Amino acid sequence: MAGLTARLIRYSPLLILAVLWQAVAQFGLVARSALPPLSDVIKAWFALAATSGFWFNAVDSLYRAFAGLALAIVIGAAIGIAMASSKPVRAVLNPIVEVFYPLPKSALIPVTALWLGFGDTSKILLIFLGCMLPVTLGAYNGARGAEQTLMWSARSLGASRLRMLMDVVFPSAVPEILNGIRTALATSFVLLVSSEMIAARSGLGFMIGFLGDGGNFDAMFAVVFTVAFMGFIADRLYQYAMARTLQWR
Amino acid sequence: MAMSETLSYLRRGRVVRRHSWRYTIMACLPLVVLLAAWELTTRSGLVTPFMLPPLSAVFGRIMEDAASGELASAVGTTLWRALAGFGISAVGGIALGILISQYKTVRWFFDPIISVGFPMPKIAFLPIMILWLGLFDVSKITMIAFNAIFPVVTATIAGIEGVEKQIIWSAQNLGASRKRLMWDVLLPAALPQILTGLQVALPIALIVGILTEMAMGGYGVGATMQTASRMADSPGVFAGIIEIAIVGYVLVQAMAFVRRRLLMWHPEALDATAA
Repeated sequence: MAGLTARLIRYSPLLILAVLWQAVAQFGLVARSALPPLSDVIKAWFALAATSGFWFNAVDSLYRAFAGLALAIVIGAAIGIAMASSKPVRAVLNPIVEVFYPLPKSALIPVTALWLGFGDTSKILLIFLGCMLPVTLGAYNGARGAEQTLMWSARSLGASRLRMLMDVVFPSAVPEILNGIRTALATSFVLLVSSEMIAARSGLGFMIGFLGDGGNFDAMFAVVFTVAFMGFIADRLYQYAMARTLQWR
Repeated sequence: MAMSETLSYLRRGRVVRRHSWRYTIMACLPLVVLLAAWELTTRSGLVTPFMLPPLSAVFGRIMEDAASGELASAVGTTLWRALAGFGISAVGGIALGILISQYKTVRWFFDPIISVGFPMPKIAFLPIMILWLGLFDVSKITMIAFNAIFPVVTATIAGIEGVEKQIIWSAQNLGASRKRLMWDVLLPAALPQILTGLQVALPIALIVGILTEMAMGGYGVGATMQTASRMADSPGVFAGIIEIAIVGYVLVQAMAFVRRRLLMWHPEALDATAA
């Protein structure tokens, strides 16, 4: 019970903001076209949720984010570990990673649109390219930090190179990889929404632009907040899963 | 933490900062090979010039834009917006972080907003920002600051709260006022973390700056690239990528330089692997 009260006090500022929003819009302090009342936005959300189009767009968005992220995690982690454990690989990839890391990933949107058009694959490629490097760096730093004594012990016990990778290097890289993935997760949402707003014909980002252009602001606000809270919830779920995964530490 | 430091394995354990010429040449080699491969692939006709224009054509485009002054105006516009937004988020973020760390009421109000707002893809609010502030610099800079401020605030709070209690007690014992304590003790001790927050915020400012230009137009590298993409002008798109990659690289390096200068007194400057 005490926990509930504490939580209520903790999150009450959000409640205050919501009430303020409703009041400001209700009493006409700002134009209705600039800020529709919260109650109307919630109504618009339920109206949208009753249509199949909303869910199709949501599924499109989630599929793109998931596919791009999965590729980024698998390939990014593999590259990072390869860089940490092989000197030639490191010598070749190190400068390339160093140059591409500061590239603002959003600049890739027109390129992927040029290559693959407005569909799913261009978004997946964009998210893959934009989210790979944080995972690579996490894997690289983590694998490089594998304790030498552990490596020596494993080697003296006769572990092969592959066994060492699987049983020593990879597990010690996991915490840093998981941190890299958290950055990648946040980046994936940014790239997803913005590429859908700029160059797409489906997805929640596209819906935001479409509804806004049509002047349907209640529904536009509803989708904007849906996307924002999806990003928030994904991060919280991920943090929860990460805490569970790292329990062995 | 700048990536050049994270990655420069050769420096590990050595107390030298300058690389030898040989190292520099070796490090550039993979990039040269990559660029040569780009040019050769396009010349061999494996890909159409639309998918990947020859590197020489892209460089030609950059030179043309540089000669006509379009390059300077596009890069200048983008930089101005990104740096203005970054500046606002730096000043505002540090100020807000100080207030949150010092006053319970401020903390109560902002804590849930930050913990919910930080992981949100705030770029989704772009159409609302357009609705409120229009299509020009004000809405773009506001959007950039809105995105970049979160890492600065959280880093400032974490930095101030991480200061050792003994140091604070000593200062208070010596009669330091609250203001003196903040300026002479807490902020300098929190500086490394604050700078890390700024180093996270700067690339965000550039990413969001490009995005707002792509979505709203109005000059700048993002808008130029978006126009080129619509006109199926692929040399224009790739010229934009190269320009913005260089801008990003220079900004990240400049930020790392500022960090080294500001933290010369700090133990981290003595650690050749971290500086």
